[in-house]
Amino acid sequence: MASGIDSIMVDSQAISSSLRARLALTLISGAAVLALLLYFAVRNYAVQVAQEGQDSILTASVTSILDAASIRNDVVEVDIPYAAFSMLSTPADDRVFYAIYQDGALLSGYQDLEFYGETGKAIQSNLLRGATVRQVSASRIFIGTDRRTEIQIVLAQTQDAMAETLDRISRNAALIGGGFFVLAVALSFWATSVAMGPLNKLTSSITRRGPQDLSPFKKPVPQEMAPLVNSLNSLMGRLDHSLSQSEDFIAEAAHRVRTPLATVRSYAEATLQRVDKEENREAMRSMIRAIDESSRAAGQLLDHAMITFRADHLERQEIDLVDLVQDLVLRMNPIADMKDLSLVVHGDPVVAYAGDPILLQNAIRNLIDNAMRYGPPDSTIEITLTAALKVQISVRDHGPGFPDPEIKTLTTRFQRGKNAEGSIGSGLGLTIVQDVAAAHGGEIELANLSEGGACVTISL
Amino acid sequence: MRYYFALILIVLGHATLAQEWEDRRSFNEAAEGRPLRIISSTDTDLFAQIIETFVAQNPTVSIEYLVTGTTAVDKRMRARPAAFDIAISSAMDLQLKLVNDGFALPLKGVSHPPWAQWRHSLYAFTSEPAAIVVNRSAFADLPIPQSRQELIEALRARPGVFRGKVGTYDVRASGLGYLFATQDARASETFWRLMEVMGALDARLYCCSGEMIDDLTNGKIVMAYNVLSSYAAARVESQDALEIIYPSDFPTTMMRTAFVSKDTQAPDIAGNFMRHLIALQSSSADGKPSLPALKLRETGIGRATIALEPALMTFLDSLKRARFLSEWEDALIQN
Ligand SMILES: Nc1ncnc2c1ncn2[C@@H]1O[C@H](COP(=O)(O)OP(=O)(O)OP(=O)(O)O)[C@@H](O)[C@H]1O
Ligand SMILES: [Mg+2]
Repeated sequence: MASGIDSIMVDSQAISSSLRARLALTLISGAAVLALLLYFAVRNYAVQVAQEGQDSILTASVTSILDAASIRNDVVEVDIPYAAFSMLSTPADDRVFYAIYQDGALLSGYQDLEFYGETGKAIQSNLLRGATVRQVSASRIFIGTDRRTEIQIVLAQTQDAMAETLDRISRNAALIGGGFFVLAVALSFWATSVAMGPLNKLTSSITRRGPQDLSPFKKPVPQEMAPLVNSLNSLMGRLDHSLSQSEDFIAEAAHRVRTPLATVRSYAEATLQRVDKEENREAMRSMIRAIDESSRAAGQLLDHAMITFRADHLERQEIDLVDLVQDLVLRMNPIADMKDLSLVVHGDPVVAYAGDPILLQNAIRNLIDNAMRYGPPDSTIEITLTAALKVQISVRDHGPGFPDPEIKTLTTRFQRGKNAEGSIGSGLGLTIVQDVAAAHGGEIELANLSEGGACVTISL
Repeated sequence: MRYYFALILIVLGHATLAQEWEDRRSFNEAAEGRPLRIISSTDTDLFAQIIETFVAQNPTVSIEYLVTGTTAVDKRMRARPAAFDIAISSAMDLQLKLVNDGFALPLKGVSHPPWAQWRHSLYAFTSEPAAIVVNRSAFADLPIPQSRQELIEALRARPGVFRGKVGTYDVRASGLGYLFATQDARASETFWRLMEVMGALDARLYCCSGEMIDDLTNGKIVMAYNVLSSYAAARVESQDALEIIYPSDFPTTMMRTAFVSKDTQAPDIAGNFMRHLIALQSSSADGKPSLPALKLRETGIGRATIALEPALMTFLDSLKRARFLSEWEDALIQN
């Protein structure tokens, strides 16, 4: 089952784009647009205000000149007040132009300055002597003794001071816009990481899960992630279901096969007694051997299925491993005696550990079984238990050891070594040992000792 | 024969030129090329030192210094802006209007207080108060008047002593005189009363400060009103009898200004000369300058310095000028 999940998980996913980058990019480009808008809004507003300021001063100046105009004996007098031009002083020393007309005829001032306004006041921008000027036209009607006459005044001023002000304001507006943008960028990075937080949390909590954990994800998640988590949960549920179904199926199948096989074997055994012809006897022996293979495989498959199931729902209980091994040795002694093998238990007198005794026993039994099978007869198998740093169980024999190049792959399913040819087996023994160790959060190590013999260590 | 002819031509030429200009002097004639032409209302004697120090530092530059009245500086600049490289005048209003009308070239990289320059084109380089100069003998043991009001009273008290013996600018002819008069009129009504009193005393009218001081020294007049103190100070030192009075009621201070013509053919040299002029006149440490330095310490308000602002153009308006002159004539020329 563990390798089943491994094959589902893909090491490196093809990446189309980054959600974080996309979110940040969207926020940043939004901020850029806003910053630009801010800049232009501030600038425009400043232009407007500055222009209004200049206009109102020009208007005031024109008004003061018009007020100083008078008619005496039908002769118009325009006595420009000193303040009229004085108020037009600017930090940039803007140039001032003016013209005074009487009914369209120039009285004094600059004649290239034309009068525009019909009646009242008119303000406009104009080009005069190569400079943009703001010009105000205003007129006033005088009633003389026999005729009415109109005094028209045009006042124009260059816009250097305004341009300087605008430059300054633009610079400030750019600074504000830039500052806003920088702030918004920082904020958007922050917002992105906040938004991505739950996703990262989900990822890490799924990554942290044990290989057998297919239980649904129950912690609360943000609304937007609920569909993803739901489908993930339902996927895991289906996976779990189908996995346990197939395990169940294997166990069921193995069980169903084992019983008839035992019957067939006993029949074959009985038949072998009665057959005399050598070739028929040979055939019967092959048959019995095949039946043994099958029933061994069925047994191991059953064990493996059982282990997978128990590993999924590991129930730990306090046990003494020495006790457990001694018990096992006691039960296996008869078989060992048949091969003149002695099983010896070394190590600490008591090794307390919280684990599943059935799984552990099964694992150790498989190791002893291997040692008996692949080790030489008439020797000792040493089982050592220690609890020094971590709990360790090692089983060693005095045989030829694991076949060298295959030692790394022997723990995979149905993998048998060269030295196993001719002996009955399914190649599941070490897989079971490894799964048991993994279920307890441990690992196994296969080694060939320098003085000869194979040694398997389970570290829990 | 030919030589005589040439000689006659040269003499004639100089004669006509001399008529054209009040004074005309070339500096560092040895240098090749077109000379830097400066049109100015300032007497050569007062300005020579500045040119000489410049020429000493720039031996390749020759300078032609042309002196004429303030009104003529304005007229000639307007008529032929390309003929001159730098225009210098004491008539601030005319100078400012020239700049306003686009006859000036802005200078770059000249640091000068804002109140002493306009549009980075027109640069003030002196502070010169208008003064009353009197001959002490005319006051005998009486106290010498310190303000316009006191002057009016003194003149009224002894018309016999002063009749025909007071003088001031003919504001119709002198640009600087017009500037002083308009600024005085703006400041106080006392000006008009003084003009009336002087008119009643048959005041003599002058085109220039120099002539007024000449007549003061030779005794033709005993009081001159609105004399340029820089000219007066130069003479008073040798004349114990003369005394310069800066009216305590409202002093009027003028700043001599200069600008580079927009049509100059030597903008770099002209700019350098301006920088030299400004630097020289702004540093009080540099010996005793022939022209009064620009008073950088004073803000301009304390001494009632005429401000460089567009308002100076007010009295140049033809309607306003006509009106002012008629009032002035009414007051001063009472026949
Ligand atoms: N003690 C040992 N000494 C030498 N080789 C061993 C030893 N234990 C295991 N092996 C090798 O490792 C292989 C895998 O062992 P494993 O127990 O997984 O399968 P098996 O013993 O062949 O079959 P079964 O599932 O019936 O036990 C064996 O086929 C054998 O080649
Ligand atoms: Mg085995």
